[in-house]
Amino acid sequence: MSITPLLRLSGITKTFGPLKANDDISLTLAQGEMLALLGENGAGKTTLMSILFGHYVADDGSVEVLGRPLPPGSPRAALAAGIGMVHQHFTLADNMTVLENIMLGTEPLWAFRRGSARARAKLGSLMDRFRLRVDPGAKVRALSVGERQRVEILKVLYRDARILILDEPTAVLTPQESDHLFATLRELVNQGVAVIFITHKLREVMAASDRCVVLRHGRVVLEAATKKTSAEELARAMVGASIPQATRVTLAPGEEVLFLDRVRADAPDRGPGLRELRLSVRAHEILGIAGVSGNGQALLADLLSGLVAPTGGSVVLRGQTVSRLTPAAMIRAGVGRVPDDRTGTGLVADMTVMENLSTEIYRLPGFSKRGMLNFKALASRAAQLMDVFDIRCAGPNAPVRKLSGGNMQKLILARVLSQGPHLILANQPTWGLDVGATAAVHQHLLDAARRGAGIVLISEDLDELFELSDRIQVMYQGRLSAPENTATVDRAKLGLMMSGQNVDTRGAA
Amino acid sequence: MRLEPRESVALAWQIGAPLLAVIASMAVCSGLILWAGASPLAAWGLLLKGALGSTFALTETLTRATPLIFTGLAAAVAFRAKLWNIGGEGQFYVGACMATWLGTGMITLPAWLMIPFLFLSGALAGGLFLLIPTWLKTRLKVDEVVTTLLLNFVVLLVVNWLVFGPWKDPMAMGWPQAAPVIDQAMLPVLVPKSSLHLGFILALACAFLIWWMMRFTIWGFEIRAVGASLKASTFAGMPVQATIVRTALLSGGLAAMAGVTELCGVKGYLTLDLSPGFGYSGIVVAMLAALHPLGVVLSATFIAVIYIGADSMSRAINISNYIADVTTAVSLLTVLLAMFLTRYRIRWK
Amino acid sequence: MDILSLFLETGFWLATVRMATPLIFGTMGELICERAGVLNLGIEGIMAAGCMAGWTWVYLGGTLWGGVLFAACVGAALGLLHAVFTVHLGLSQHVTGLGITMLGASLSSFVFRMVLPQVTTPPKIVPFAPLDIPVLSSLPFLGPVLFSQTALTLLAFILVAITAYVLLRTPLGLALRMVGENPLAAEAQGLSVLALRTGAVMVGSAFMAVGGAFLTLAAFDAYYIGMVNGRGWICIALVVFSSWKPGKALLGALLFAAFDAIQMRVQQQSISAIPYQFYLMLPYLCSILALIAMSRKAAYPKALLVPFRKGER
Repeated sequence: MSITPLLRLSGITKTFGPLKANDDISLTLAQGEMLALLGENGAGKTTLMSILFGHYVADDGSVEVLGRPLPPGSPRAALAAGIGMVHQHFTLADNMTVLENIMLGTEPLWAFRRGSARARAKLGSLMDRFRLRVDPGAKVRALSVGERQRVEILKVLYRDARILILDEPTAVLTPQESDHLFATLRELVNQGVAVIFITHKLREVMAASDRCVVLRHGRVVLEAATKKTSAEELARAMVGASIPQATRVTLAPGEEVLFLDRVRADAPDRGPGLRELRLSVRAHEILGIAGVSGNGQALLADLLSGLVAPTGGSVVLRGQTVSRLTPAAMIRAGVGRVPDDRTGTGLVADMTVMENLSTEIYRLPGFSKRGMLNFKALASRAAQLMDVFDIRCAGPNAPVRKLSGGNMQKLILARVLSQGPHLILANQPTWGLDVGATAAVHQHLLDAARRGAGIVLISEDLDELFELSDRIQVMYQGRLSAPENTATVDRAKLGLMMSGQNVDTRGAA
Repeated sequence: MRLEPRESVALAWQIGAPLLAVIASMAVCSGLILWAGASPLAAWGLLLKGALGSTFALTETLTRATPLIFTGLAAAVAFRAKLWNIGGEGQFYVGACMATWLGTGMITLPAWLMIPFLFLSGALAGGLFLLIPTWLKTRLKVDEVVTTLLLNFVVLLVVNWLVFGPWKDPMAMGWPQAAPVIDQAMLPVLVPKSSLHLGFILALACAFLIWWMMRFTIWGFEIRAVGASLKASTFAGMPVQATIVRTALLSGGLAAMAGVTELCGVKGYLTLDLSPGFGYSGIVVAMLAALHPLGVVLSATFIAVIYIGADSMSRAINISNYIADVTTAVSLLTVLLAMFLTRYRIRWK
Repeated sequence: MDILSLFLETGFWLATVRMATPLIFGTMGELICERAGVLNLGIEGIMAAGCMAGWTWVYLGGTLWGGVLFAACVGAALGLLHAVFTVHLGLSQHVTGLGITMLGASLSSFVFRMVLPQVTTPPKIVPFAPLDIPVLSSLPFLGPVLFSQTALTLLAFILVAITAYVLLRTPLGLALRMVGENPLAAEAQGLSVLALRTGAVMVGSAFMAVGGAFLTLAAFDAYYIGMVNGRGWICIALVVFSSWKPGKALLGALLFAAFDAIQMRVQQQSISAIPYQFYLMLPYLCSILALIAMSRKAAYPKALLVPFRKGER
């Protein structure tokens, strides 16, 4: 007896310029099934789901829902066919209310008035049925990340979706919130919805999914029932080779390179400010800052980058209190900064590789004289760095926007590390990078620590923090927990601290 | 319709794009010429002849190009830093007023000192004037497009008051104009019996200096970086505030120099119509040159050709010389389109 | 006679409401464009084009309302041009807008000169007559000030109400606002961002053009080059000043028109020793002050000036 699958993708192919993002992909989804779509960054998972939802049009291949072909390139058709997508970057308007975001597009455009009362009632019954609570009248900008995700899911359920796609849903959640999410998804599956979730976290796949599909370089390399496979097999399929592990050598910490003494900072309408932060980093040491985004990490990063001045407390670098906090001052004081926003903050996208390598040093003697740039010196330095850091590009005059994410990050690291910094701020340094590039970044950071730098590593990826840091502190609502030794700390306890429980806010150095 | 980014852009395309834009705009305006009942080919022929067909025509064209080079450079420098200076017209008159105030008898210096003195003081006044909306932008986040524009109207009204009021020249038989600048302030003529004056050489020199600065100096690097990404250049520790101030002083100064050069090279005295929109045309000049300082010289000449040619064309056939303004406006739109087509391919589905 | 007693005069308020009309149309038009995420800097040129188009229609024998409709169509056409460049191709909204302003202004002058080559005094047309509504026109104060204006002025007020209602209470308005806040959200809900933005820009530009047409068809009765005189730019300042809210925009327009009316009266009666040019400067200076006052906490539509490229994420 063959049942028409709820969803069938056949032969999906999509090329972006020279890059083949999806190469002849076929997969099926049955009713009441939870499918995990696995792969490292850049494997083609989001592209595939975007084609399914109609954001992109495939070059080749077809999509069928219950045997009926789905018109390509139209989110409206996908929604009508019962496909709903919770995107990785939430598609919500901050300045509008939850109800408005959910109602959008659900009524004919030429109607005379909005059926707000009816919508509110329907939303209420959905919230009861699936145990997802949010205040419909609240403006989205006032919601936490977890609440926003709930709105995204309700938005999809409101449109009677029977296929729910979630793109990296746990990237912004605490471990406990992730568990709650999967419980909700399982409830949905029990009530007849089919779920596809995209992830690169093996633990989630093994725990929550019924079936899994692994993508690598745009192709399906493995398809199996979860019970019949293992994390090792999946990992191997994802990467295709043994994962290069960065080697951590714990060294005796040296002198103190950074001390934040009861630092306070404010960021109007950007979440909680920093409250009485106490933090200490020594040479040869990597200090990890864990926490869900939105708890002040961005502000801490801005502070250490010199973009924001503290309103109280002091910042001490190698024994010297920094009087005026500016990016130039931090650079001069030997602070290397790797920002989380590669293309917006870390690089000038429209300039060349050489120019980007030069942005922090061009005023130094040797690289300019009496206002004139010394192109020869800049070019030879750029060539050297490109070689040492293996920055793959068409040449020093290649526009930076053409570089891959991994090469962009190598460029930023080259710029930072070539100045021999005493303190390095690494903010989400491997976000969006594939396993190979991630390992390279990790190795550079470990080497820098071995050479004597102290590193503050801010990351939402607990695995990364455990792999690299010597000590970990958790950031919650602008406060830091006391530092714990990575080798001995309990992961579950960290998870609780990330959601605000058991936070010991003394944060003593 | 789908847009596909191109992989790489051949240099030929990059230079050809403005050229294509110009041809496209002439093609569009040919429609208007047809409507007016004339033959486009004949009309464009008359235009080219009127602008380039004789030594006299050529000198007229280059004279007309001179202030356009200055305002074009002003716009190019500012736009490079993403400072949308639409106030070139007002800064032009600020420069002209400064030169009138200082150059109509208040200070007398020998010519070789007087001329640089007027240019520098005019430039300073224009630069400081642009600093006002610039400061509003950096400190108070007020969009500079509207403020620089509105200030143009304010300046024009001040000039109106000056030439009808306190600066009105009693010896001008009732016409609203200020007293003429002293002889030492008048720019010497380059070609005898023409109006081509030293200002043209000064404009070329400025274009070269600006190009050299943008390409080889740290200040040029900073202007380009700040314009390309304010966030990244701030993060990298570049002196962003100082760069923006420098850009404003430079841009306002260049536009003001256009005013000084028209005053001391062509008219000799301040009037209400000293500028037939040089400030606004300067924006088109800058865009046509893709913000390249040396390209500005070429595009300024092109715009000058259009205006001078249109004057003589409209005398010969029955077309309003506003066709020049229309052609200029269409060029701005077509050059945007052409530059876009060098970066994207349009795929029809 | 001092300035304060001006405010008690019905005539003053009559002039204020009349002079506010083009500002109301222009500001409503720009507000619609910006709420959808598009900064339309072509407003000055579109108003000039509407001004000229309306006058030409009537001068060549058409009806007044025909002139208004023609002006609206011309405005919508320029709006479409703007939308193709900025919405569909994602080109710079600043430069495109400036180009459209220059195009609108220069085309108006060109066509005017071609229609009337050698005229020193522009020929007059018969403009809209003030209305005479049965009961309402005889009300004290409101009667002459509001209900005896021309039909276009009344239309302006009605348009404010309609715009406010559509934006805030209909699904179309919700979709428009969303497109200006987060276009990806709109696309994810099955809406066409390109179509919504294009429509908004065309409708907004049509409003602007009607505002321009008001100048020739109701306020004055002839056309001369340069009539719009910066009103478009003032409307842009007014939109920021009004925090993108139609009701506040109406108040802002009335406030500015009041300044204009004061300045005209002061000029006429030479009450002051200050040269009249400085009074003429007031609207522009006030616009700058309004921008300064509001820019700090301006609640910009979040996606304003951000182009939306389909398929590029």
